[in-house]
Amino acid sequence: MKTSRFATFLLVLYGLLILGFLYLPLVSVGLASISKARYLSFPIRKYAYGWYEEALTSDTVRDLLVVSLKVAGVVTILSMIIGFFGALAFARYNWRFRKTYQKLILLPIFFPQTVLGLALLMWFNALGIIPSWKTAIVAHLVWIAPIATLVVSIRAFSFDAALEEAARDMGANQWQTLREVTIPLLMPGVTSAGLFAFLLSWGNFPLSLFSTGADSTLPEWLFAKMVSGYSPLVPTVGTLTVATSAILVILALLLAWAIRKLRPAT
Amino acid sequence: MQRRDARLGLLYSAPLSLFLLLTFLAPILLVAAFSTMPEKVFNLSQAPDFSAYRTVLAQGYWKSVAWSLFMALAATLILLVVCWPLAYGMAKVFKRFTLVLTIGVVMTLFVSENIRLFGWVLTLMKGGLIEGYWRHWTGTGFDAPLYNGPIIVFGLVYVYLPFMLFPLAQGISMVPDDARQAAYDLGATRWQILREIDLPLAMPGIMVGSLLTFVLAAGAMAESKLLGGRAIITIADEVQTAFTYGQNWPLGAALAMVLIAIIGTVAIWAISKADLDKMMGGKS
Repeated sequence: MKTSRFATFLLVLYGLLILGFLYLPLVSVGLASISKARYLSFPIRKYAYGWYEEALTSDTVRDLLVVSLKVAGVVTILSMIIGFFGALAFARYNWRFRKTYQKLILLPIFFPQTVLGLALLMWFNALGIIPSWKTAIVAHLVWIAPIATLVVSIRAFSFDAALEEAARDMGANQWQTLREVTIPLLMPGVTSAGLFAFLLSWGNFPLSLFSTGADSTLPEWLFAKMVSGYSPLVPTVGTLTVATSAILVILALLLAWAIRKLRPAT
Repeated sequence: MQRRDARLGLLYSAPLSLFLLLTFLAPILLVAAFSTMPEKVFNLSQAPDFSAYRTVLAQGYWKSVAWSLFMALAATLILLVVCWPLAYGMAKVFKRFTLVLTIGVVMTLFVSENIRLFGWVLTLMKGGLIEGYWRHWTGTGFDAPLYNGPIIVFGLVYVYLPFMLFPLAQGISMVPDDARQAAYDLGATRWQILREIDLPLAMPGIMVGSLLTFVLAAGAMAESKLLGGRAIITIADEVQTAFTYGQNWPLGAALAMVLIAIIGTVAIWAISKADLDKMMGGKS
């Protein structure tokens, strides 16, 4: 029962339509960012790149960028470490509460993020911690560390336990086994998890909203500007943040492709 | 070896478990404690009187709850229909195009929800991408289809599409080709194959996708704020308002507990059914 050529064609067309549907709003944002007019109206009559110059030289944008990068950077490193160990417990070792652990760490992923942000704000307040970009790291990690764990787990499931055994039989101690066998084998998973963590933290708004205190991340600033009336800087800065993510993903894909190409040769 | 496994498993699970205990469980318990306090207090020193819950019942907040659940359900059902053909194509028909679609769809997840919804505002508003060009070419304009109920459901469908698509594709890929072929050889129509073979055998994927979409959409509020102009106020929005403008932490906490109870029940029920070893590792 093979799908006919015509049906395949229709399905591909449908897939392209869905992709178009997903990317259409980003096209609008991109076009709006190069419109010269202060009040946007399509069709665009005059194109200009002045808003980019203004965005890139603006002190506000630079401060936002620094906060966003600091948060995403620390979240990335911590997610990779937590995710590495979390995934070994998730997928590799058989221990008593493994099934329960597997299920419990999924709960934060389903949790409404705004409510989580507010709950954390109350919690920090109760502990006497003043919210800043550091507390935002904690808020992001509640959601991102479980996702990173899942990403590494996919790799850890295909882990051959015999390799660790072999290392141990040949006299390696626990630390040596971890360093020489486990870490290199899981590294591709850990790298993917780091990429996911960075991108998810970089684009997150609802968790940052209540956890950053006086500091502000790029998505937070964008939202505040969006609801307080149109500013030409919104599509411009929006396009820049999207472009940053896109470039990172493309670099990662190219790197993965290059490694796969080179490996048989060595 | 088994004892080493047991020890290492427990040891390695500790960082994540302890972290979530302190930053996920503890804050939820704190919210639960606050929800029992008299209204408008900012500490836990008062005697609990559960008055916030009475306010929740008396002030018509159930409408926001009902609307949120209804819109989440509508978005889930629409997504089931919209994603099915594409998920089928990804699982059974496409070869390289599956990879293109996967990367293309995953990449949208990394773009802030705000920016994507704002993009829809620019696309749909009067003088936006669609209306602007339409008027340019035909000379007649039309009103923006923004700031109403249906556009909120549209926003939910847009934002949560990946969460339905991927589980569905995973579910359909588990339907054996032999079973479909056998039904076809025995004279089943396409409709019969869909109803008797595809739907029952892909049920795990359908359930995971639907529950994931429903739970996330029920707790959403950006769609209502940015696209819907708050034509319908969602429960998550009510929680935020009570905490911020309302300065009424116990009321916000009580509303949050209602949302947590609904989402928690659905999520825990769904998660308890899933066998993660089988889903992720292919082991049984």
